[in-house]
Amino acid sequence: MNALDHTAHGHGASEGLPSALEQSHAYAHHGGRPARTEPPAVRIALTVIALAFIGLFIGLPLITVFYEALKRGWAAYVAALIEPDALAAIRLTLIVAAISVVANLIFGLVAAWAIAKFEFPGKSLLITLIDLPFSVSPVVAGLIYVLLFGAQGLFAAYLQAWDIKIIFALPGIVLATIFVTFPFVARELIPLMQEQGTSEEEAAISLGASGLSTFFRVTLPNVKWALLYGVLLCNARAMGEFGAVSVVSGHVRGLTNTMPLHIEILYNEYQFVASFAVASLLALLALVTLIAKTILEHRLAEEDR
Amino acid sequence: MSLSSSRIAFRQQSVIPGFGLTMGLTLTWLGLIVLLPLSALFIKTSELSFERFIAIVTAARTLHALQVSFGLALAAALVNVVFGAIVVWVLVRYEFPFKKGVDALIDIPFALPTAVAGIALTALYAENGWVGSLLAPLGIQVSFTPLGILVALIFIGLPFVVRTVQPVLADLDQELEEAAASLGATRTQTLIKVVLPSIWPALLTGFALAFARAVGEYGSVIFIAGNLPGVSEIAPLLIVIRLEEFRYADATAIATVMLLASFALLLVINRLQRWAELRGSRHG
Repeated sequence: MNALDHTAHGHGASEGLPSALEQSHAYAHHGGRPARTEPPAVRIALTVIALAFIGLFIGLPLITVFYEALKRGWAAYVAALIEPDALAAIRLTLIVAAISVVANLIFGLVAAWAIAKFEFPGKSLLITLIDLPFSVSPVVAGLIYVLLFGAQGLFAAYLQAWDIKIIFALPGIVLATIFVTFPFVARELIPLMQEQGTSEEEAAISLGASGLSTFFRVTLPNVKWALLYGVLLCNARAMGEFGAVSVVSGHVRGLTNTMPLHIEILYNEYQFVASFAVASLLALLALVTLIAKTILEHRLAEEDR
Repeated sequence: MSLSSSRIAFRQQSVIPGFGLTMGLTLTWLGLIVLLPLSALFIKTSELSFERFIAIVTAARTLHALQVSFGLALAAALVNVVFGAIVVWVLVRYEFPFKKGVDALIDIPFALPTAVAGIALTALYAENGWVGSLLAPLGIQVSFTPLGILVALIFIGLPFVVRTVQPVLADLDQELEEAAASLGATRTQTLIKVVLPSIWPALLTGFALAFARAVGEYGSVIFIAGNLPGVSEIAPLLIVIRLEEFRYADATAIATVMLLASFALLLVINRLQRWAELRGSRHG
């Protein structure tokens, strides 16, 4: 209970307060009625409700992944992961994620430079457009590429003439993944670089530094943690994207199946252990991402101070 | 920032180089990856006659799928607002063991691939699953029913509410609550008249974000839904089914409805966020 009281009252006490408020604070602390917090029974009830909700909807599903994956022991688990189709799926996922992350990393830096370091009309519209892919359903994201590059698509004639395959092949999977992860890096960088302003860059330029060396020596070190943060989230989404990739992939086993699609196929074939085994790798990736994110947030908060 | 930019009609002079290059690349890449593909959807839809479009969109199966997607997304967002608010309150105001770990768990739905979430929730809430086996004697079946869809949508929506409201409540000056109490307000009155109005814009924003995400959700839902046409078939799945049947016109028309709905939601969310910021700056 002491710990509870401490947070409820600690915040105000550490700041300089006007005397009237100071008095009311003292009243609240020592006086008869609990002014700033709820009765203990209510606090316990709310905590139990919150923890039960998180447990039911987040904690237990996460545990389920690992439990189901290891249900038949480690041998079955490993066998599911080193099976050729699983390895092909892992390899494809890594390739797709690598290309998408690099593409969005470069785009994020370029866009953030243009948006954060200059003033121009229509800026907020541009930011909204960059954020747009977040609000598009993954299935629609896949569909729009089918409508462009598919057999009946707008560019079908050209693609056939040049014998280029995009849909049901690697380029389509990469494009759909770039689309769904489009805003991740840019939206981490833009607000931070706007906040940092342009004075440091202006100083470097006026001292004779070139634009590129100003970027690499002044801007980049200032945003490195935010950049890493954006890359991390971008990578997690790129490796785990299901809906958009599912529409453009064609589900060719060993060829155009990413890990999430492989999970689906195994699951639909009732190979639950194998399905959860592959899923556990992605769950591990999610956990590692979150741990790294927590560390990075800590760093960012420290640099803010 | 916004004031100064609205006063200036053209780009401000700056000694920093690279505006032309970076802006050109940004617009080109944005155009190629996002705007061109999205316009392909509208071009393809405009090739349909208006009657055909209406016929597709108002077909019984389409209407059912849209109803399931929008209705359950709404229900899930409402559940998340209520329980998300409790979770935020507990995380910000109370202390308990492993609080940091619990707080980190909230982000799992952001980081866990939807397909993984889908099969895990299905196993957990199936009749022989840990939670499903407890609900089965009560006659409640979750997996392979619309209730399962609701569970999946609650899962993916929760962090949107929590992460939107959490910083606002953390920044809230508790002296206001104290002042209310010292003026004779009961705790309930203080919560309703002082705390709730301050976090209301953030709650609404979180609600809209969770709703927008849930409407288009596919991966986590299709495993648990049962996917019975007219009962538990969501709109994104119907798009996929029409595509697999090579009924491109149908897929396109349904996708256009979904996309227009997302645009409308995006507008609402932008408004809400601006309102929330305005509120925040006035109170803070």
